[in-house]
Amino acid sequence: MFGRPLLRFVRSETHINFMRGRFLGLITSAVLSIASLILFFHPGLTLGLDFKGGIVVEARTAGPADFGKIRSALAAHHIEAAGVQSFGGDNDVLIRLGADENTNTNAVIDQVRQAITEAQPGATVLRADAVGASVSAELLRNGLLALGLSLVMILAYIWFRFEWEFALSAVVTLVLDLTKTIGFLVLTHFEFDLVMVAAILTILGYSTNDKVVVYDRVRENLRRYRTMPLRELIDLSINETLNRTLGTSTTVFLAALPLAIFGGASLSGFAWVMLFGIVVGTSSSIFIAAPLLLLLGEKRLRKDTKPVAG
Amino acid sequence: MMYYSRIKLFSVISVCLIGLMLCVPNFVRKPVASIPWPQIHLGLDLRGGSYLLMQVDLSSLTHDRLQSLADSVRQSLLTAGLGYRNIALDTKQGTFSFQPRDPSEKDRDFRTVNDMPRAVADEFTVTTRPDGAILLTLSPDAMKTRARDAVTQAIEIVRRRIDATGAVDPEITRQGEDRIIVELPGISDPQHIKALLGTTARMTFRLVDETPAGSAVAPPGDTLLPLTESPGQTLAVRDHIDVDGADLVNAGATTDDQSGGWAVSFTLNSVGTRAFAGVTQANVGRRFAIVLDNKVIEAPVIRSAITGGNGIITGNFDARKATDLGLLLRAGALPVPLTVIEERSIGPSLGADSIRAGALSLMVGFLLVIVFMALFYGRFGWYANIALFANVTLMLAILSLFGATLTLPGMAGMLLTLGMAVDANILIVERIREELGRGRTALAAMQAGFERATGTILDSNATAFLAHVMLFVFGTGPVRGFALTITIGIATTLFTTLLLSRLLMVRWYALTRPSSLPV
Repeated sequence: MFGRPLLRFVRSETHINFMRGRFLGLITSAVLSIASLILFFHPGLTLGLDFKGGIVVEARTAGPADFGKIRSALAAHHIEAAGVQSFGGDNDVLIRLGADENTNTNAVIDQVRQAITEAQPGATVLRADAVGASVSAELLRNGLLALGLSLVMILAYIWFRFEWEFALSAVVTLVLDLTKTIGFLVLTHFEFDLVMVAAILTILGYSTNDKVVVYDRVRENLRRYRTMPLRELIDLSINETLNRTLGTSTTVFLAALPLAIFGGASLSGFAWVMLFGIVVGTSSSIFIAAPLLLLLGEKRLRKDTKPVAG
Repeated sequence: MMYYSRIKLFSVISVCLIGLMLCVPNFVRKPVASIPWPQIHLGLDLRGGSYLLMQVDLSSLTHDRLQSLADSVRQSLLTAGLGYRNIALDTKQGTFSFQPRDPSEKDRDFRTVNDMPRAVADEFTVTTRPDGAILLTLSPDAMKTRARDAVTQAIEIVRRRIDATGAVDPEITRQGEDRIIVELPGISDPQHIKALLGTTARMTFRLVDETPAGSAVAPPGDTLLPLTESPGQTLAVRDHIDVDGADLVNAGATTDDQSGGWAVSFTLNSVGTRAFAGVTQANVGRRFAIVLDNKVIEAPVIRSAITGGNGIITGNFDARKATDLGLLLRAGALPVPLTVIEERSIGPSLGADSIRAGALSLMVGFLLVIVFMALFYGRFGWYANIALFANVTLMLAILSLFGATLTLPGMAGMLLTLGMAVDANILIVERIREELGRGRTALAAMQAGFERATGTILDSNATAFLAHVMLFVFGTGPVRGFALTITIGIATTLFTTLLLSRLLMVRWYALTRPSSLPV
């Protein structure tokens, strides 16, 4: 344990012919991404408070919570259509309210607080959030802006450091990763909020990192093996970096796993999306980004060799 | 690549030691009051508290300025013996227009208005419209300056009001052009503070117009104001302000000797005292209204001239209301109304739960990564683990040094940094292994491994860095904490992997001169 490594993912001489399955990989990815897009439009993302606006109050009651009482206390304060549900234990109540342009969330949240204390004396408010409609629209815009600009900057950076074929295939792969993550969010009903934007950006950063390592090796091998066909060369590069790819994704996965298990309500959603993203990002480096590079670069990156037969 | 100069060795080790030292204040109580003790601040989501985002209503500022300009124009025209028709304010455009009484007076009207004093040079321009109306337009620049000043002043008033409530460590910051963020650690129910900040608290003393008793329409120069005491009723009060609440120097809750109820006492400065004495002397027997935010608190009859500059307001208060009004009057009126548009409050128990969850996840995650590195990378894996420990230390050190705020997502960011940090070590070791496979000697393989992997490490970290800078720029609240820790983490990762873990590997090689490498 303190000397030579005890375990290895793959042997050094491994040579898996990944490019043989390139169309299968691309088609699977395209199908999953299209399915995700359909999910995005119907039923769509569950928007969190940050982006939808409204009120969320979490309270812990002294005894078991009486939902009927809480509902009637809210009604007495003229708060209609409130979602009252339990979360966690018997003593925990979650109250949700939507908001439109005309709702004074600031005043309503104080009434919700009062209603809870009236209905369940001794209750403590664990968390109370109110986001006005104007703020939520702005937060959503900023979140999407951060996502969009990150993609553009990643494209620019890779373009600057590599060639455009690398940049384009990386960004196309990232967009495919992104759509799948959105599909995952729709299916799991995790709320899409600012923390999720952070998760997605981290996934994008990680996924890019993974692609850069493979591309870096492709670039090096392009110089080293002047006559090797691009297809073979890409396969070789993936195999050479395979232990690293699996090693790093495992450590990131291991780091995110405890967050999913122990992170509590506010972080476990974030962590599950991260875990999903790590798997997607790692596999897309091999099965999407590399085949795309082969498709785009077949003519240009290796002009002097005959085109690769399917 | 394989040689570390003494000075480099010394610097790398001292940076790590300084980092370790800087972490100490977070775990040890401050021993002496006089030494600096930089600590990481816990975010509101970890320690409990409230975050309020307030919108400054700047349109009211334009409206008020137009209103007062309109008053001055009326006054100047009357003094010059001129008349006017159809005065119209347009707050959105920042304009104000009127028709001359007679087309022949147009030029004199224009000159009168144009000669009016401006608060700042170029505050407004005067033009004539084709239909003969005279149009006064506020300059956007002047309004912008006025808005900026108003927000600055509002922040100051907000600070004074919050300080007066005894809140501990409040943070009040400006966001953008017209927003104010108030962070209140430890206050998980901000209702009272919200009520205080939601009150403009502009107080004026004005004479009551006794003539039109019971009329539904206010006579010119008067406004019908509602009474706080009896809802639905109004009182005709003169628009002219006799004494302004801005001239108050002190105010506080007190008891009224006559009724025994709660009251608010006030003291005026010399300007206010003189004005108050003048008005009360000339108007004995008439009613004097005390107006707060366009509502009449009370309108007592002036029995005798009040020359001392002291007085009390008896508005049927309870102890709480009297204390609050005293506080508001002392702190001063807000130049612009504020509305809370976002509120996030977290109770202390939830904060404590989050700290536990975050710390547990960090420990388990750290452990898992260490075990993985030991199993898969042996000796070099342990060097990576030492670097990982240094990484955490340095991250905590930098966060403490800048007094940064650690949030729950920030803790998640730290954990992910740990997972990503070993990537650099993995890249180096895998590369060394490959070079050995190509038949290089141990020394040459290590050298090539470091050299080749460095470029890859820089490239892959640069892209992650870009993504998180974007998040920091466009994110708010806890998410910024996440972006901040990851960004700091990328810097410390580069240091610990490119310098420290390599140093360990190189020193080990230099000391033992092994014939084969443990890869």
